[in-house]
Amino acid sequence: MHSLLIGLPLLGAAVLLLGGKRTNAWGHYFATAMSIGSFLVGVASFSEMFGLPAEERSIEWTLTEWISVGSFQVPIAFQLDQLSIAFVLLITGVGSLIHVYSIGYMEHDANRRKFFSYLNLFVSAMIVLVLANNYLLLYVGWEGVGLASYLLIGFWQHKPSAATAAKKAFVVNRVGDIGLSLAVMLMFAFFGTVTFAGVNEAADNASEQTATWIGLALLLAACGKSAQFPLQSWLLDAMEGPTPVSALIHAATMVTAGVYLIARSNEIYNIAPTAQLAVVIIGSITYLMGAVIGTAKDDIKKGLAGSTMSQIGLMILAVGLGPIGYVFAIFHLLTHGFFKAGMFLGAGSVMHGMHDDVNMRHYGALRTAMKITYATFGLGFLAIIGIPPFAGFWSKDEIIKVAFSYSPLVGVLTLVGAGVTAFYMTRMMAMTFFGTARWDDDVHPHESPKTMTIPMIILAFGSAFGGMLLLFVADIESWLEPVVGFEHAHHAPDNAILIPVTLAVVAAGAALGWIQYATRDVPRVAPADVSFLTTAARADLYGDAVNEAVFMRPGQYLTRSLVYVDNKVVDGAVNGTAGFVGLVASQLRRLQTGYARSYALMMVLGALVILATAVLVRMS
Amino acid sequence: MNYLSILVALPVVGALIVGGLRSATDKLIKQIGLGTALASALVALSMALQFDPNSSSTLQFVEKYDWIPAFGVSFSLGVDGIALVLIVLAAILVPVVMLAGWNEAEGHRGSVRQYVVLTLLTYSMMIDVFAATDVFLFYVFFEAILIPMYFLIGRFGGQRATYAAVKFLLYSLVGGLLMLASLVGLWVVSREQLGAGTFDWETLTTLNIDGGVQNWLFLGFFIAFAIKAPLFPFHTWLPDAAGEATPGNATLLVGVLDKIGTFGMLRYCLPLFPLASAYFTPVVIVLSLVGIIYGALLAIGQSDLKRLIAYTSVSHFGFIALGIFAFTTQGQSGATLYMVNHGFSTAALFLVAGYLMSRRGSRFIEDFGGVAKVAPVLAGTFFLAGLSSLALPGMSSFISEFLVLQGTFTRYPVPAIIATTGIVLAALYILLMIQRTMTGEPTAEVAEKVGEITFREKIAIAPVIAIIIVTGFLPQPLLNIINPAVDRVMTAVTATDPVASEGVSK
Repeated sequence: MHSLLIGLPLLGAAVLLLGGKRTNAWGHYFATAMSIGSFLVGVASFSEMFGLPAEERSIEWTLTEWISVGSFQVPIAFQLDQLSIAFVLLITGVGSLIHVYSIGYMEHDANRRKFFSYLNLFVSAMIVLVLANNYLLLYVGWEGVGLASYLLIGFWQHKPSAATAAKKAFVVNRVGDIGLSLAVMLMFAFFGTVTFAGVNEAADNASEQTATWIGLALLLAACGKSAQFPLQSWLLDAMEGPTPVSALIHAATMVTAGVYLIARSNEIYNIAPTAQLAVVIIGSITYLMGAVIGTAKDDIKKGLAGSTMSQIGLMILAVGLGPIGYVFAIFHLLTHGFFKAGMFLGAGSVMHGMHDDVNMRHYGALRTAMKITYATFGLGFLAIIGIPPFAGFWSKDEIIKVAFSYSPLVGVLTLVGAGVTAFYMTRMMAMTFFGTARWDDDVHPHESPKTMTIPMIILAFGSAFGGMLLLFVADIESWLEPVVGFEHAHHAPDNAILIPVTLAVVAAGAALGWIQYATRDVPRVAPADVSFLTTAARADLYGDAVNEAVFMRPGQYLTRSLVYVDNKVVDGAVNGTAGFVGLVASQLRRLQTGYARSYALMMVLGALVILATAVLVRMS
Repeated sequence: MNYLSILVALPVVGALIVGGLRSATDKLIKQIGLGTALASALVALSMALQFDPNSSSTLQFVEKYDWIPAFGVSFSLGVDGIALVLIVLAAILVPVVMLAGWNEAEGHRGSVRQYVVLTLLTYSMMIDVFAATDVFLFYVFFEAILIPMYFLIGRFGGQRATYAAVKFLLYSLVGGLLMLASLVGLWVVSREQLGAGTFDWETLTTLNIDGGVQNWLFLGFFIAFAIKAPLFPFHTWLPDAAGEATPGNATLLVGVLDKIGTFGMLRYCLPLFPLASAYFTPVVIVLSLVGIIYGALLAIGQSDLKRLIAYTSVSHFGFIALGIFAFTTQGQSGATLYMVNHGFSTAALFLVAGYLMSRRGSRFIEDFGGVAKVAPVLAGTFFLAGLSSLALPGMSSFISEFLVLQGTFTRYPVPAIIATTGIVLAALYILLMIQRTMTGEPTAEVAEKVGEITFREKIAIAPVIAIIIVTGFLPQPLLNIINPAVDRVMTAVTATDPVASEGVSK
């Protein structure tokens, strides 16, 4: 039954892709049904698992032998446990809502069927990623979601910017995939196995050096998929894809795969403090980078993308903290899945009502025109900045707490980030829904159809109550503990101090944002005389400029010169030293005739040599 | 049943019929050709089903006929798992190529009749080369196959076809001559050690050849194979030949014929000259790594679709050679599987590129753009072929590429790490090509000329795509055939897999 989790969406993708135009009329319903079906199987699996004692909750099943060469033996086998079921529910749950939303959002797109087939493909690949019981099969899901992401970013591929963004995402992700390849190779070379169970077992006897190398390789993989520094640049460009894609793939699910990978490999990281430190550093850098980028973007989707980068940075930071952090990283991942997907869908709803304009400087005062969008987005806003009792408060607060216990410096960083987050989110909220209306005369903002608003409402419900449900009803700490381990942080600041301080920082950030963007006029054209930091943030902190200067330009120069070298130097040298200088040269000059003859000559010569030698040897 | 002689003879019979029917129309000639190829494919597949992977003998379906007894030369055929999968590859690709390139012989210097005859003869000789178990017989067909291929390139190619054909011929001949010298040397050694000289492969593997002599003999064979495969820096003939040849011929050339080189390394270089193989391993690894990266970078820089695909193959051949000279079971089984998978994925790329080029009347990337909008299924097929070439997990090529990397890593970690850059470069060369040809708004010429994929074209390419995807998830039936043969090679070179140093004892 559990294989249906993958099988249903895969079937959906196959039917829509192979069925072609014949499925145009009903394809989107079919795909949505497959996604919902997968979700229902997930719910059934979850309730079954919920009723079992903790030690019986993890199940494994094997579909078939996959690769077996010498001692390298990898099955196509899956593992459903407390960690993977959480992802399954997130992926299929949010995924199904986004399928429903897309029925409305993509209604007028000629290629809607293709869009839904790619969505189904994504869901099935993402489930392979989280259900695989070994790193090599995870790799299939890992690049499978990358493929779906590529196809969906480039969905409007007649736009060169979309095609370029899609290619960039895939190529940058492949840089990260080097890390995954190396990690698998290291595991097999040192442990002789690539299954999670085998690697975890081997980790007990592994040397710290081996674990560190594996940990760093996995971190590289996570950097690619989760858009962490220095492989972050693709995510902002990925906003070229249709907005439901940004919500599902580039906010709620795929980009969190790096967090999953590290949490799943916890036994490796637990014995490799250097690798953990690297994870914390990368997470911290990205957390702040993304937040700073978020403060300067006028494109609502890019603002949210910066925010996503930042929030995933926070999760990565948390998984780097070890057993005190894994649970809360996953907790934040789940709440983030609700509120960020909800806000992306909200952004899509705003764009829908604003002629696909993404520039927030052209928005303003939309709260009256789009009441549902405003309310649902607003709940997401309260959740992300961490206002109690909304979802983000619970998860973010715990991360800040354990970060302080790890190191005061990291703790302060998370606090600063929370302030900046409050600032940019308030800015976005104010520019979009408050202040004065700045839209053109021919734009008539209106609320979106029900297929779009209902998913938004459901996600807003998650933004509001998801944190409490996960913490108090599902008891996420003890739920996840058997898989990722859990330790209470020592020397953590007391909630009685931490919560007021955090809320004060958040309030300060929000107030600044409100004063600047709700009480003052927002110019319709972005002002040019801004601080260096704003200029840098608008340019994504020069990530692309660096890539271009260090990789692209020299790379183009290199390939061009190599083409020249190959034609002139290598070709010439081999031709010249082949021992047939005269023959090659003269024959190439007189091209038309005589080649069969020269070939025959060669054969005769060859035969003579062999005969002569043989005769000589015989005579001797 | 004498499967191998039937396989060798069938295409020749087909060629004779086509050659003899002077009044036959072009259509009938093509039908006979395709029929012959399909019949051989059936024979090859039923042979593969009869093959016993667990057999205790090295070679199966053995046939032996006297030829030149004075020199210990016999016409002997037989296959191990490695040869078998390559024969099956050829047997599947030849009918695919014929159907996909149904009209590609027209409008050239040569006639359709010549085209079909030459293709069938090439096919027959491919089987000979892979099935020969007499080294002299192998050499004869290694050389003889150049003749039909030379005419296929020269008479059915583009503007610089003659130049390309001659270059192909001369490069191969130089290699062949070096191999011939080594062959003679090998015979002399066998005569010294056994009393009577022989060319029988199995017997030759039992010789104890002095290390210094091995080195010289190895070089003769290896250079011939390195030119054929081709490895850097012997590769420059390939972009010219594949660039000028028709897409179908380029497929046979790069997809099957070039595999003779890497097949030869596994079949001849390693078991016959184990000491020399070990001695030259560092050189081969360096050449392979250079080839992987250099071929990929050059592919990125190409403006011509066919030359681009040819350079991707230079990169892929680097992977194959790397796997062979890693001296691990994963490396060598991976390399063998890579030969098969590369055959299919290159076929998909060349043939679908051929569909595109025949429509647009140009092989230059700049003449395309926006194809996805006017011919989405055609564009999707090309994209799938590209994914196979960049070794996307889920495609068969991923299995072989990963096995090669893994097999290399356990013995030579640093070269394996360097080789992984190839996976990024592969994404670049494929996706840049896809972006430039498929995306954007179609130009007026593309919109006018590039129509959707036809039924015949679909039927031709579908089996290839299906094989690529199915063996991505079920590669084991192939690996079960390949593994025992690789184990024998490993035994012959007295290599064993490194043991996991921090493994859990089971």
